[in-house]
Amino acid sequence: MAAVIPDQLHDHHHGPTGLMRWITTTNHKDIGTMYMIFSFVMFLAGGVMALTIRAELFQPGLQVVEPELFNQLTTLHGLVMVFGAIMPAFVGFANWMIPMMIGASDMAFARMNNWSFWLLPPAAILLIASFFVPGGATAAGWTLYPPLSIQMGMGMDMAIFAIHIMGISSIMGAINIVVTVLNMRAPGMTMMKMPLFCWTWLITAYLLIAVMPVLAGAVTMLLTDRHFGTSFFNAAGGGDPVLYQHIFWFFGHPEVYIMILPAFGIVSQIIPAFARKPLFGYASMVYATASIAILSFVVWAHHMFTTGMPLAGQLFFMYATLLIAVPTGVKVFNWVATMWRGSMTFETPMLWATGFIFVFTMGGFTGLICAIAPIDIQIHDTYYVVAHFHYVLVAGSLFSLYAGAYYWLPKWTGRMPDERIGKLHFWASLIFFNITFFPMHFLGLAGMPRRVPDYALQFADFNMLASIGAFGFGLSQLIFLWVVIKAARGGGEKAPARSWEGAEGLEWTVPSPAPHHTFEEAPVVK
Amino acid sequence: MSLAGRLAGSVVLFLAIPSAFAQSRYNFQEPVTSVAEQIYSLHTLMLIICLVIFVGVFGVMFWSIFKHRRSRGAVAANFHENTTVEVLWTIIPVFILVGMAWPATKTIIDMKDTSDPDMTIKVTGYQWKWGYDYLHGEGEGIAFVSNLATPRAQIQGQEEKGEHYLVEVDNPMVVPVGKKVRLLVTANDVIHSWWVPAFGVKQDAIPGFIRDTWFRAEQEGIYRGVCAELCGRDHAFMPIEVHVVSADEYSAWVEGLRLASVAQAEADDREWNQSDLIARGEQVYAATCVACHQAEGGGVPPAFPALDGSALVAGEHGPLVDIVLNGKTGTAMAAFAAQLSDVEVAAVLTYLRNSWGNNVGDMIAPEEVAAARGV
Ligand code: HEM
Ligand SMILES: [Cu+2]
Ligand SMILES: [Cu+2]
Repeated sequence: MAAVIPDQLHDHHHGPTGLMRWITTTNHKDIGTMYMIFSFVMFLAGGVMALTIRAELFQPGLQVVEPELFNQLTTLHGLVMVFGAIMPAFVGFANWMIPMMIGASDMAFARMNNWSFWLLPPAAILLIASFFVPGGATAAGWTLYPPLSIQMGMGMDMAIFAIHIMGISSIMGAINIVVTVLNMRAPGMTMMKMPLFCWTWLITAYLLIAVMPVLAGAVTMLLTDRHFGTSFFNAAGGGDPVLYQHIFWFFGHPEVYIMILPAFGIVSQIIPAFARKPLFGYASMVYATASIAILSFVVWAHHMFTTGMPLAGQLFFMYATLLIAVPTGVKVFNWVATMWRGSMTFETPMLWATGFIFVFTMGGFTGLICAIAPIDIQIHDTYYVVAHFHYVLVAGSLFSLYAGAYYWLPKWTGRMPDERIGKLHFWASLIFFNITFFPMHFLGLAGMPRRVPDYALQFADFNMLASIGAFGFGLSQLIFLWVVIKAARGGGEKAPARSWEGAEGLEWTVPSPAPHHTFEEAPVVK
Repeated sequence: MSLAGRLAGSVVLFLAIPSAFAQSRYNFQEPVTSVAEQIYSLHTLMLIICLVIFVGVFGVMFWSIFKHRRSRGAVAANFHENTTVEVLWTIIPVFILVGMAWPATKTIIDMKDTSDPDMTIKVTGYQWKWGYDYLHGEGEGIAFVSNLATPRAQIQGQEEKGEHYLVEVDNPMVVPVGKKVRLLVTANDVIHSWWVPAFGVKQDAIPGFIRDTWFRAEQEGIYRGVCAELCGRDHAFMPIEVHVVSADEYSAWVEGLRLASVAQAEADDREWNQSDLIARGEQVYAATCVACHQAEGGGVPPAFPALDGSALVAGEHGPLVDIVLNGKTGTAMAAFAAQLSDVEVAAVLTYLRNSWGNNVGDMIAPEEVAAARGV
């Protein structure tokens, strides 16, 4: 299959200028940039919601928001962060980096690429605008369980529509990535020579194609139950509310891997670069990623141990879930072995990657604890679970995104990130993150449920600590904005083509910043 | 010291916190059933295994971070594969996992064994309260609804918060110590989840379906829990309180309730006039309706419509009796037929028609409600 012929064969840009340039662009770098800006804006929006939640939980009693609005905020915080911030950020990375890593001139379907990005802003507007319609945004939790989600007002329909749109965008993005990786590799770039980031994204893309339609189906069934008289999830009409949970989590569990596999990929690029030593166990990393992806389809009901499954169901899902720990462990061991006897330096990207391994693994351990069905029955729907998934999503996905952003910023902007400020950003984030989320383990163990605007008095001190941490964490993220703006405006040290001494890969063979078109002539990989 | 020192410091901190304080502030609540106890020790086992692996893996990582850095003159080796090591660190974890799964399996089998109960109680989740029906065993026939007892003023911060803020109810579940209690859990509107941590019981209450679970409390006392599944606005305000009492105290409680209900039935079995109905209706409203429709009848539109000034409230008796008895599907308005007696329905509706801005001036008689039920 031939690559898309770029509109212009010269390096500088001849197409429309100003806003139209961005609306009509088919360039993978422009689109990658737009994805990232979009996701950071959504990250800030979701962050404001989170801080409102933490402000309410600062003390027992109702002070800041009423319970209705509180539930809307927790719901939209979840939806915005998952579908608006984390997922598009990884797609942005894929757009920017995959063609450059495999020596392709662009993504395979450049026009579809434009469309898959431009679907996102309308979806985001639907979500945010739903706060202002009668009845407000959906308050059924980001999992949208019926029958509660059936009770919601039109904000729920807006959320369903937004999910449909974002799902279509994700599927188009995923198809693009699969085809690009499979068909557009430079001569000599065999599959097993591909940077691990491309591998993890390839596998993630398959997961997306497999499960986004399932989510679309689930929310469509909600929609018809709400408005068209069906009873998929209504017992009175012969349906079953738990059926929704099965469908949702059949999407939902692979979804969590959609948000972490590319993170593994980024970290697997960075650790070898700063250890100045090849990645340990490349092949086993690929197999581990594939095993995780496959297993992720048979563990969904570990989110449902308290629904009262039959014994055999509980045992099966417990065993399958425990099994996922094996390939995940292999990854951690491989990273540590990569560091072992390296010659390490700790520039900002490496700090984030190291922090990722350390804190993400703690989330892995609590995941293991949650996998033990009897224990999970105690901690399900408590703050313990909130702690668990923030350890893997914030300290996992988000930290890896920061690691990657600092690592590739020189390639994107032509300027090295400000090390001093970057390190400040890292340490502030790491410390405040733990102040925020570590006490939540204790809260959950001691019996505090999640999704509550108010709580019993014995939980007061840890909640106050968590709220303080949350504000610290939120404010620390603005430091990142500063680093990026400084580099984008041409401040700081000029970056050479190979911006980090130990960095390997085709992306480091092109100048920094990367010209608008790269690898119009495919490089040959020996 | 720079990076390594600081990171190592935080490791020490994380390791110290869980192990240094063993009180329930940092761990599960004190278990009072064998299941909760098994869960407690399973968790301790998991914690130990995880800590050992944690120390092992991160010991190596931080050693490496400390020793193998370029500033200390480390020169990079070039190895990047070792099949033996990779097979080992795939196989060994499998054995560790089997060691975890084995005791967990035994506990699950135990948790699922609801056979041979001494008594059976049906638990129904409502937005936002719990209903208890004693179906079998001593106290058979007892049925009541359990509401949050914490005054709204405490929640709004107009009053000092009490010791059991948000975990106290008006009518607690009462069970005898040492008896196997089987729970049939269901819900009326949306999914709730009945959770008492000290018993190790958390069971989703699913509308239209009945799930069962069990506990045998080994120690007298008061145990508190909360609804664990998001169920709408007042999800945080529908706690669970279980009093585990001696066999004698339990019998006394059952007898007391029996006498009270006989007295109430006798008192209700009379000719009602409007003002008595309004007085009785005010109590019913405060216990049953106020959570949604609010003290002044203003509701929280659009989810919970105002009753003050409502055309339906002031209109014909038939539809009004019907919506209370049978609810309105697709909304939070539940069917109250099973929960309220004829007198109570008649009373609350008479109260509604003659309160706030509503002054229809008539009454709805208990007989009308009885007739409507018959249909
Ligand atoms: C026995 C006590 C109650 C009485 C007498 C009562 C009475 C009524 C009446 C008369 C209406 C119709 C109002 C109108 O359309 O003008 C209504 C609607 C409604 N009630 Fe209640 N109610 C009670 C308890 C509750 C409770 C506890 C809830 C909350 C769970 C609730 C939620 C609703 C909702 C959501 C509607 C609106 C249904 C719709 O969309 O049309 N009610 N109620
Ligand atoms: Cu899962
Ligand atoms: Cu609830």
